[in-house]
Amino acid sequence: MQLIEMDGVGIKRHGRWLIQNITLSVKSGEIVTLIGPNGAGKSTTAKTALGVLKADAGKIKRKANLKVGYVPQKLAIDWTMPLTVRRLMSLTAKPSSEKIDAVLEKTGISHLIDSNVQQLSGGEYQRALLARAILRDPDLLVLDEPVQGVDYAGEIALYNLILKVRDELNCGILLISHDLHVVMAQTDTVVCLNGHVCCSGAPEHVAASDAYKQLFGDSASKSLAIYHHHDHNHLGDDTVVPSKWDKGDCCDHG
Amino acid sequence: MDDFVVRAMLAGIGLALVSGPLGCFVVWRRMAYFGDTMSHSALLGVALAFLLNINLMLGVLAVTISVSLFLLILQKRGSLSTDALLGLLSHSALALGMVLIAFMSTVRFDLLSLLFGDILAVGKVDIITIYATAAVILGLMYFLWRPLLASTVNRELAEAEGYNPDLTQLVFMVMMAAVIAIAMKIVGVLLITALLIIPAATARWFAKTPEQMAIASSIIGVVSVVLGLEGSLQFDSASGPSIVVASLCLFVLSLFASSLVNRVLHVDRKR
Repeated sequence: MQLIEMDGVGIKRHGRWLIQNITLSVKSGEIVTLIGPNGAGKSTTAKTALGVLKADAGKIKRKANLKVGYVPQKLAIDWTMPLTVRRLMSLTAKPSSEKIDAVLEKTGISHLIDSNVQQLSGGEYQRALLARAILRDPDLLVLDEPVQGVDYAGEIALYNLILKVRDELNCGILLISHDLHVVMAQTDTVVCLNGHVCCSGAPEHVAASDAYKQLFGDSASKSLAIYHHHDHNHLGDDTVVPSKWDKGDCCDHG
Repeated sequence: MDDFVVRAMLAGIGLALVSGPLGCFVVWRRMAYFGDTMSHSALLGVALAFLLNINLMLGVLAVTISVSLFLLILQKRGSLSTDALLGLLSHSALALGMVLIAFMSTVRFDLLSLLFGDILAVGKVDIITIYATAAVILGLMYFLWRPLLASTVNRELAEAEGYNPDLTQLVFMVMMAAVIAIAMKIVGVLLITALLIIPAATARWFAKTPEQMAIASSIIGVVSVVLGLEGSLQFDSASGPSIVVASLCLFVLSLFASSLVNRVLHVDRKR
């Protein structure tokens, strides 16, 4: 079932298009990942999909009564508000205490149930935010860099958890991630953004391509790779052109 | 105790009950100066009410709500920073009110009691108004607690997950305006924000959840009002400043108490 369909969506602020001509969709049980450099409009796209930002161009269709679980990129809770992990869980829902226990068990932070959220480490806090979003049994999970500040082992565990949640709830997931290994291994659709959709498609095609191996193969090129893909001035350079990316839709930049 | 003291106590307690939880939101949303601006504009409301011969509280409500809406509009389109806008509106409204009052030679104002409160001015009708308003606001807060809190924690998250933060904010502003209107006679327009903020800040030390903080804030507010009015009677000082000084004393005490409590808890944990 289609949960969200964005068609040619744009957001304009102060006379400048932050994102433009964004077309993407998320189905039940599908994981769609947004990748792209800083300032590419990944968070803006996610917020527009959620309806938090109103589109200045294009059309957005949402399933009626779509239930959303959202992990924003930045969620700073001021010290002035006393908030325990337990209380955070019922911020926008009324879960039973068994359900809270279960979700904290899943995310591995059961022991922190009575801790203040301000005292959690970065990784623990991200787990708590993820737990809170999952707890709502959402149709659509929107995760804006959900593993920031989590160590490597924890990252894998959290991504596995996200997969498990997808399988259990059959929810759609719109994910923003920097971790390309995970993106390539566990995503159904990758959408590459740089103000507009540069490229989108199934990751298997991408992963099988020579360009992918060149771009993401060794760890040294890993961090640079994605930016290279976006550097359209380099498209003439045949070592960089990811010709096999475009099993999906790719823009043709001259 | 004399009648007027009982009346003032009753009025003050009713006010503190509602200003406690509301004050928590003022602190959490970092709206202290916003509250100041609204309460300063209350004086303009009083002046206009006399000029147009309408109910005092209605005048105050209308002006404080207009000023806060005006601020929201300026914020959205203007290039001035929020704190500059707040300063501009706050003091302009206060000054306009004062000038208007000076023009009205036919009505005699006790300016000091408007600015700093006057327990002698509290009548039976005031008490009824205060408790009715407080009941409505507390009821609204009870029903809107979750959306209010969620949009305070994160506006976008609240909106994404099905709440309407714009509406919540509007309701919140109207509640603030109403509290300012009923607080005017007791603490005066210059010091209303203190009654919102200081009990909430004091309660923060002892609370583990937002709900605990809201309730503790109410209780601390009530104690401040009782102590303050006693003091006001004792030393013949204005009621507003006396209540604020009492709540300040509680805040300072809470600083010591909380560090003591923390130390004890810390020792416990080490065992």
